[in-house]
Amino acid sequence: MLRYIYGHDLHNHADLAHSMFRDRADQFQARLGWEVQVDRNGEERDQYDQLDPLYVIWEMPDGSHGGSMRFLPTTGPVMVNDVFLDLAGGVPICSPLIWECTRFCLSPDAGANVAGALTLGGVEIMRNFSVQHFAGVFDRRMVRIYRSLGFSPDIIGTQGEGRERICLGLWEYTPEVYLNVASLAGIAPELSQLWFDRSFGSASAAAPMALTG
Amino acid sequence: MAHKAELDRILEALDATKTIDGLQSIVDQVCGVFGVDHAMYHWVDSAGDHYHFGTYPQTWVERYQEMAYVRVDPVVAGCYQRFHPVDWKRLDWSPKPAREFLKDALEHGVGNQGYSIPIRGPNGQFAVFTVSHNCDDEAWEKLTERCSRDMILMAHYFNRKALEFEPSRSPEQAQPLSPREVDALTLLAIGYSRAQVAKTLSISEHTLRVYIESARFKLGAINTTHAIARAMTLGFIVV
Repeated sequence: MLRYIYGHDLHNHADLAHSMFRDRADQFQARLGWEVQVDRNGEERDQYDQLDPLYVIWEMPDGSHGGSMRFLPTTGPVMVNDVFLDLAGGVPICSPLIWECTRFCLSPDAGANVAGALTLGGVEIMRNFSVQHFAGVFDRRMVRIYRSLGFSPDIIGTQGEGRERICLGLWEYTPEVYLNVASLAGIAPELSQLWFDRSFGSASAAAPMALTG
Repeated sequence: MAHKAELDRILEALDATKTIDGLQSIVDQVCGVFGVDHAMYHWVDSAGDHYHFGTYPQTWVERYQEMAYVRVDPVVAGCYQRFHPVDWKRLDWSPKPAREFLKDALEHGVGNQGYSIPIRGPNGQFAVFTVSHNCDDEAWEKLTERCSRDMILMAHYFNRKALEFEPSRSPEQAQPLSPREVDALTLLAIGYSRAQVAKTLSISEHTLRVYIESARFKLGAINTTHAIARAMTLGFIVV
């Protein structure tokens, strides 16, 4: 299932969080060879993890991490402005309606549907929190994967050549995107909304505000 | 759209405000433009001091303090350390103190619906902008669907203004626009369509929209027309 967890709440999901940071080390350091910091517990973290971001995490049946992404609003410090400003032609992206998405990570044990589920989680955030766009930097090889997930970014800028090539992308929310991503992920929108409501509370007509109790 | 034009006027007034009292009169107009009963703005500055202003009845504001409702108010817990907008329906109103608080709030005319937008400012500054209203769920859903993005922008513009009033803070210049943003707004100002601007700048229309969105936020504007006007007034673009 999908969980939406702020950084300050990760301690309530210690095993899930630990396996997420370990899978991140495995993906970004061991497999992709990025220059990331891995601590002695084998966890990869950077300074944006200190900023209390919102994580979307796929939890496996055994309670461990299957995949995750990290979100911060572009009104605060974000990588696209701090690290990759050249990619946007020197234009800092700054709006409460644009959030940055980073550290898209999949566990080596993740099933084939996890990438789709995570994508759906991202779109669920946009849909429920009135976020118009995501911004993010990604490896060029991801372009094909995003397309297969039904959520292709518009590429604003690229840098480097061949395997080193990275892109700055912008994803826009539309209701059609939501249905398309859900369908490709093989997850009913109702189930996705249920997972979302489990993390953020339900806004449905069941009326938790009713004064009947 | 009348709604947008009215928002423009409010943002002009907000921009020109030099005092906290001025903000109070603007928050009244905010209710009108969104069609809600109440709007409140509450912020905690980097020194930990609390400020608030808005349209809640004075009796309720006093009652809230007297009862120390800040300890049981689910909106406070639901917004603290978060950055997503919160529909009050999503909060946990099941504990008895929360239900009693809600009953009291309803009796004071706060409204049965609410939407609160938390804002993380610089140096630990934190604020919440809230609108509340009395209506059924369906009407509320329609209203938030129509207005949520404008409400979020309004919340941030209020906060930006409030930060100007922090005593230790030097007055902040309007954020300068990047060359790309200046190009985009200039071409729009002289009457190019979005498609023409995108073509001229060799970017996609999608990318252009993000440039405009970003410039709009820097300029404290609610739409593109307003952003262009603001950029001209501030001398960022010359046409």
